[in-house]
Amino acid sequence: MPGRPDVRRRLAVSLAAFGTLTLLAILLAPLVGSTPIRLARVFDRSIPFADNVDAQIFFVARLPRVLAAALVGAALALAGVVFQALLRNPLASPDTLGVSAGAALGAVLAITFNADFTLLGVTAVPLASFAGSIGALIIVYGLSAARRRGTSTLVLLLAGVTLTALLSAISAFVRYLADFTETLRTVRWLMGSLDVGAFTPIAVAAVPMGIAITGFAMLPRILDLISMGAESAAARGVDVTRAERVALVSASLATGSAVALAGPIGFVGIVVPHLVRLLVGADHRVVLPASALFGASFLIGCDLVARIVFAPTEVPVGVVTALIGGPFFLWLLFRHA
Amino acid sequence: MAAVPPRVTPRARTVLALCVLGVLCGSDYARTQAAPRRIISLIPATTEMLFDMGVSDRIVGVGTFDRFPAEVSRFPRVGGLLDPNVERILSLKPDLVIVYDTQTDLIAQLGRAGLQMFRYRHQGLPDIVQTMRALGTRIGVSKEAEAAAGRIEARLADVRRRVEGRARPRTLLIFGREPGSLRRIEASGGYGFLHDLLELAGGNDVLSDLRRQSVEMSTEMVLARAPEVIIELQYGDSPRRQQIDSELRVWDALPSVPAVRSKQVHLLVGDEFVVPGPRIVQAAERFARVLHPGAFK
Repeated sequence: MPGRPDVRRRLAVSLAAFGTLTLLAILLAPLVGSTPIRLARVFDRSIPFADNVDAQIFFVARLPRVLAAALVGAALALAGVVFQALLRNPLASPDTLGVSAGAALGAVLAITFNADFTLLGVTAVPLASFAGSIGALIIVYGLSAARRRGTSTLVLLLAGVTLTALLSAISAFVRYLADFTETLRTVRWLMGSLDVGAFTPIAVAAVPMGIAITGFAMLPRILDLISMGAESAAARGVDVTRAERVALVSASLATGSAVALAGPIGFVGIVVPHLVRLLVGADHRVVLPASALFGASFLIGCDLVARIVFAPTEVPVGVVTALIGGPFFLWLLFRHA
Repeated sequence: MAAVPPRVTPRARTVLALCVLGVLCGSDYARTQAAPRRIISLIPATTEMLFDMGVSDRIVGVGTFDRFPAEVSRFPRVGGLLDPNVERILSLKPDLVIVYDTQTDLIAQLGRAGLQMFRYRHQGLPDIVQTMRALGTRIGVSKEAEAAAGRIEARLADVRRRVEGRARPRTLLIFGREPGSLRRIEASGGYGFLHDLLELAGGNDVLSDLRRQSVEMSTEMVLARAPEVIIELQYGDSPRRQQIDSELRVWDALPSVPAVRSKQVHLLVGDEFVVPGPRIVQAAERFARVLHPGAFK
C-alpha cells in the first residue's frame, strides 16, 4: 500500500516524542508543588505512612492529581479528535453534542439537592454527573439513529447544539432555585478541579474510559474515510452507520467520564487535536495516539502551573488551559499560515 | 372708608416666602427623619438585628434567605441578594428598605422611586455591632440598638475572657466541601467575621496570612498547613448521626494532619455561622467550646 511505510515512521516518531513528553510529565509533576518535599523522605519506609507528611503530599495530594490530569487530558483530546472527524467540523469539541451539558446538569442536581451517597468509593456528585452524561448520550444516540433517513451531519450538529442549550437552561434553572452555599459549590464545580485526593475515583473512571479507548482503536482508518465524506466512505465498503455509532458512543463515554472525574475543563478537547494535526498531519492512525499523549501531558502541565503560580492558593485549571493553550495555538496557526 | 386693598410690603413678602420655605423644608425634614414604620429588610443579618432591637412589628417584608427567627415566615418575601423583586418591594409601600451595598441596580431603581434606603455591607466582626447602632439610629430606636449591641459585646467579651491565656490551637475553619470526599474544600481565609470569631474564640487561624474571606484549599495545602483542629460548618437541616460520622471519617485519608490524628475534627451544624447578625455570640461560644472545652466547665 502506498504511503504505509511513511505513516509507520511518523507514528513511531510521534509516539516516541509524545510518549517521552507524557512520561516525563508524569514523573516530574508530582515532585513540584506549593510545598517543598524531600524525595528521600517520601520513600523512607522507616517512617510510618501516617506520620510521613512528605509521603502523604506525594501519594495523596499530588500523584492522584497528576494521574487524573493524564487520564482526563487524554480522554478529552481523543473525544475532540473523534467528534471533529465524525461531524466533519473543526469547531466540534467534546462539549458539542450535549454530553458535557448533561454531565453538568447531573452534578448541579446532586449539589443542589445535597445528594450524599457513595458507590464503589465514588461520591454522589461525580456519579450523578456521569449519569447525566449517559442520559445526554442516549438522547444524542436516538437523534443519530433517526439520522438514517438521510439527515445530514449538520442536522446532528444542530441537534447537539440545541440539546446543549436545553440542558444548560435546566441547569441554570436548578441553580436559580439553589441556596447560597450550593450556588458557590456549583460555581466551583463548573470551574473544574483535578485534586481528586484518592486513587479510587481514577480507577473507577478508567473503566468507561477503557471501553472508549477500545472503541477508538477500531476507528482510525474509518475516521480518515468519514472525514472525507460519508458517501465516499460508503463507496469504499465502510459500514458508515455502524462506524459513526462506535465513534459517537466512545467519544461520549470518554467525555462523560472525564467531566465526571474533574468537572468541565475547557480548551483541551478542541485545541489539542488541532495542535497535534499541525504537528503530525491528518492521518488518524497517528493523530489519535498522539492526541491522547499530548492531551495528557498538556493537562498535567497546565495543572502544574495552576498549582504553583499563585501558591499556596490555586488557579482553576480551566483558566490555565485557555490562557496557555490559546496564545500557543494562535501562534501555531499563524506561523503555518 | 374706602376699601383699600391690603398692601403687601416687600418685607411681608419676604417673611411669607421664608414661612413657606420653612414649612416645605420642615415637612421634608419630617418626612425623611420620621422613624420608619414600614421596613423591608432584604438581608437575614439585618432582619435579625431588627428583631433583636424589638422593632419586628415595623417589618413589612423580608428576603428569600431569611430563616430566623421563625416569625419571619409570616412576612412577604421580596427576593434575595441577586434577584430582588422591585415590584413586590414597591407594592408593600415601605418607608425604609435595607439593601446590601452591592445591589447597585436595586439601589438605583429604588432611588428613582424616591424610596429611603439603608445600605449595608458586612465585613469584619466590629462592623456587626456598628451596623446595629447605625441602623437603630436611622429608625429612631438608638437606645434599644445600644442595649442590643451592648449585650452582644458583653457576651463576646465573656467568651474572650474565658479563653484568655489558653494555648491557641492552629485551626482550620471549613464552610464547604464535596460530601464524602476531600474535594473542593472552601475554607475561611484571614479576613471576615468568621475569621474574627475564630480568633476571638481562642483559635489560631492557619490561613491568617491569606487576606480573603474564602480560600479553595487543595489536599496538599491541608497537609502543609497541618492544623491541630479542624472545624467544619454545615448549614440547613441537621444531618443524621451516621452521616456526621461518615463525613468525619473522610479525613482519615490525611492521617498526618494533627487534627486527624488527635480526633480534633468537628462538624458544627447551624445557620448562625452564615448570618453576621446578633447570633454571632452563639457562633463564638460554639467555636470556643470546641477549641477550649475546659473553659466552659
